[in-house]
Amino acid sequence: MDSLLSFCFAVAIAPLLPAVIQKTKAYFAGKQGPPLLINYYTMIKLFKKGSVYSTSTSFVFKLGPVVGFSTSLMMLLYFPMAEIAPLFSFHGDVLILFYLMGLGRFFTILAALDTASPFEGMGAAREAFFSTLAEMTVFGILILFFRLTGSLSFYEFFSGNHVIDLMGEYSALLILVVVGLYIVMLTENSRVPVDDPATHLELTMIHEVMILDHSGPDLALIELGSYFKLLFYSGFLARLIDPFHADNAIINGLLFYAVVAFIYITIGVVESITARYKMPQVPKFILTPFILVFFVIILSMGVM
Amino acid sequence: MSNLMHIQNNERLSRANIPHLDFDTFRKELLNLAANDGQVVQFFAYEDQGSYKLLAVMRQNYKLFVTGCDAPDNFASLTAESEKFHMFEREIGEQYGLKAEGHPWYKMVRYHENYTGKKDVFDNNYDQDIPGNYPYFTVEGESVHEVAVGPVHAGIIEPGHFRFQCCGERVFHLEIQLGYQHRGVEKLLQTVPYKRWPIIAETIAGDTTIGHSLCQSQAVEALADLKVDEGASIVRTIALELERIANHIGDLGALSLDVAFNPPAAYFGRIRGEYLNLSQILGGNRFGRGLVRPGGVTHVMGAEQKQLLREKLAELTPEVEHVNDLIFTAASVLGRFEGTGTVSHENAEKIGLVGYSGRASGLSYDARATFPTECYGKLPANSNEKTDGDVCSRGTVRREEIMHSTTLINTLLDKEEEASSYIPETIELAPDSFVVSINEAWRGEVSHCLLTDDKGEILRYKVKDPSFHNWTGLALSLRDTGISDFPLCNKSFNLSYCGFDI
Repeated sequence: MDSLLSFCFAVAIAPLLPAVIQKTKAYFAGKQGPPLLINYYTMIKLFKKGSVYSTSTSFVFKLGPVVGFSTSLMMLLYFPMAEIAPLFSFHGDVLILFYLMGLGRFFTILAALDTASPFEGMGAAREAFFSTLAEMTVFGILILFFRLTGSLSFYEFFSGNHVIDLMGEYSALLILVVVGLYIVMLTENSRVPVDDPATHLELTMIHEVMILDHSGPDLALIELGSYFKLLFYSGFLARLIDPFHADNAIINGLLFYAVVAFIYITIGVVESITARYKMPQVPKFILTPFILVFFVIILSMGVM
Repeated sequence: MSNLMHIQNNERLSRANIPHLDFDTFRKELLNLAANDGQVVQFFAYEDQGSYKLLAVMRQNYKLFVTGCDAPDNFASLTAESEKFHMFEREIGEQYGLKAEGHPWYKMVRYHENYTGKKDVFDNNYDQDIPGNYPYFTVEGESVHEVAVGPVHAGIIEPGHFRFQCCGERVFHLEIQLGYQHRGVEKLLQTVPYKRWPIIAETIAGDTTIGHSLCQSQAVEALADLKVDEGASIVRTIALELERIANHIGDLGALSLDVAFNPPAAYFGRIRGEYLNLSQILGGNRFGRGLVRPGGVTHVMGAEQKQLLREKLAELTPEVEHVNDLIFTAASVLGRFEGTGTVSHENAEKIGLVGYSGRASGLSYDARATFPTECYGKLPANSNEKTDGDVCSRGTVRREEIMHSTTLINTLLDKEEEASSYIPETIELAPDSFVVSINEAWRGEVSHCLLTDDKGEILRYKVKDPSFHNWTGLALSLRDTGISDFPLCNKSFNLSYCGFDI
C-alpha cells in the first residue's frame, strides 16, 4: 500500500518540480516567473489538442513518445523514493532499467530520424553521442555500488546490510559519486551547461530539436516522460545525500521531497550562473564524472 | 579634370562636374583605389536621358571620391579582381540588367525584375516565388550534409534563407539568400511627394530609423540649400547615439541569452526599454520616428527634457556597466565568445566590413570620425583595442561604444544652444545635382545618394544600409565553425534583413 501511494505521489508531483527550476531562474533574472502549476496547465492544454503528423513519417514516429514515456515511468516503478519499498524490485533491475531508458532514447531518436528533418537528425546525433558517454559513468556507478553492497537492485542499494548513504561508511567515496551523478543528471536531462531547454534556436538544441515535430498528446507524453526522468535522477541523488531519517513515513517522505526540491533549486542556480558550453567542450564535461567514478572504483579496492 | 573627383560628405555638386570616363578607365581607376585601401561607398547604375550610366563613390582613408562612366550592357567585372565590388555588381545586374562578365559569384540579390526591360541577367522570369532559380553552392562527398534554415524562423525575426554545407558539426560554407522583404524603396521614393520621404526613410530598417532619416535629411538639405541650426544638430546627434545605445544593449542581452546565460539577458531587456524611453523624451517616439526632418527636428529639446535625460542617464550608466561586467567576466560566457565566428582582418578588408563588425576585425573606419556630420566634428572619437574579429570582439566593441556614446550625450547635454523647430513648408531641389550623405548609424555606415535631373526632380535615389556589406561577413564567420555556434555569430552581427532588401 505504501509503495503504491509513494509511486502515485511521485507521478503526481513530477510535473510540479521543474517549475521550481523555472522559479529559481526567474528569481535570478529579477522576474516573477511562471506559476508553480504551469506544467499541469500545459499538460491539460496538450492533452486536449490533437496531434499533427507529417505525411512523410511512419508508425515509428508515433511510437517514439509512447515508448519514451513508458520507459521513464518504469523507472519510478522500480525506484524506492523516500525509503519506501518500490512497487517492483528484483536482483538486476538496475541493469534492465538503464537499458530500458536506453530503449526509450532509441525510439525517440528513431522518431526524430523518421521526420527526415536535417535539424532533427543533427539533434539525434548529438543526443546519441552524449548519452553514450554518460552511460559509462552510470555503469561505473553501478559497478561501484555492486562492489559496496553486493546487489544490483535499487531497493537493495538503500536497504541491505551495507547501505549507500553519504552519512554512512563510504562517505568519502560517495562524495565523488554524488558529483558524478549530478553531472550525469544534467546531461541526461538536457540541462545547462550541456543543453539549453529554454532556447528557441534549433541549430543549438540537442534534445528539444528531436521533438520539434511532435504535438498535442504526443508532446505531452514526451514532456511527462522527461519530468519522470528528472525526478528519477534527482531522487537517486537525494537518496545518496538525504541526511534526515524520521520514523514517521509521512514526515520522512516530506523531508525526502524537500531534498529533491533542493536539488531542483541547485539546477536552477547552475543554469543561472553558467553559460552553455561550446558543443566540442561538452564531451569533456560529460567524461569528467566517468574519471571521478573510475577513480572511486580504484579507491574502493582498498576498502573491500 | 582628374579621373576621380575629391568630394565632401553632404556636398552638393553639379552633375556636370563629376568626371565622366570611358568604362575601361573607370574600371582601372576604381580597381586602383580598391587596391590602395579604398572601399566602396556607393556603386550603382542609373538612367539619364535614355542611356545608362554607372556612378561610384569610394572612400580612401579620410577622402571621398566620385566618378562615373557610360554603362556598357556587358562589362568586365571588377569583382574578378577585387571582392569589394561583388554585391554592388550583382545589384547593378539585377536593377538595370547590365551584366558583369566574369563575376565569380553572380547571383540575384533581391529577386525582382530589372527596371529597364532588358533580358534578366540571372535567367529568372519571376513566375515562381522567390528565390526562383537560385543556384545554391553545394559541397559533395561522404558525410557532407546540407542544412537549410528559414526563410521562416523560430524566433520573431525577419525572413531570410540560410544554407549550410556541413561535415558533421563543422560548417564548410554558409550561403545566405535574402530578398524576401524587398519593397522597392528606391523606386518608391521617386514616386511619392517629398512630404512622405522621411516616413519611408524611417522604415527602410526599423532599428535604424534615425540613421536613415538623418542621411536623407542631410542629403535633401544639401540639395535644397537648407541650413540646420546648432540646436537641431545636437538633438539629431543625441538621437543617433541613443539609438546606438539601445540597440547595442539589446544585442548584448540577446548574445547572453543565446549562450543560456539568463540574468544579463533579462536585465538588458529592461534597460534597453529605458533607453527607448529616453528617445521618447527626446523626440516623442521610442524608436525615433517623426523626429528628424529635412531642415531640422520636429521636437525642441527644452531644459526639462535635458534634465530628464541627464538624470536618467546618470541612473542607468552604472547599471549598464554592472551588467556588462557580469557578462564579460563570466568564464563560461567568454569560453563561448572567444574564438567563435572569427573574420580575419584580411577578409574583413577584402569584403569591406563596416561598423562594429569591421572595427572588431581591426578596420578602424568610423564615419563619425572620418566624415563627421552634425556635431561629430567637435566630439572625441572612440577607439577599441580588442580586434580579434570574433564574437567576443564584436561584443566588446559594442560594450565600449555604449560607454562612449553615453559620454557624447552627456557632453552634448551641457551645451546651451536650443533648436528652433523650423521645418520648411516647401522643398525645392537644385537641378542637375549630386549629393552623397554618409552617417555612422549603430550598425555601421549608412549612405544615401541622390541625383536630380534638369527640372530638380529625383533622377536616382540610392540607399545603402551597412547590412549590404556585412552579410558576407556573417557568411565568412561561419567557415570552419560549429553549426551550433551560428545563432551566436548571427546575433553578434545582428544584420538587417529589410535594410538589405530595401
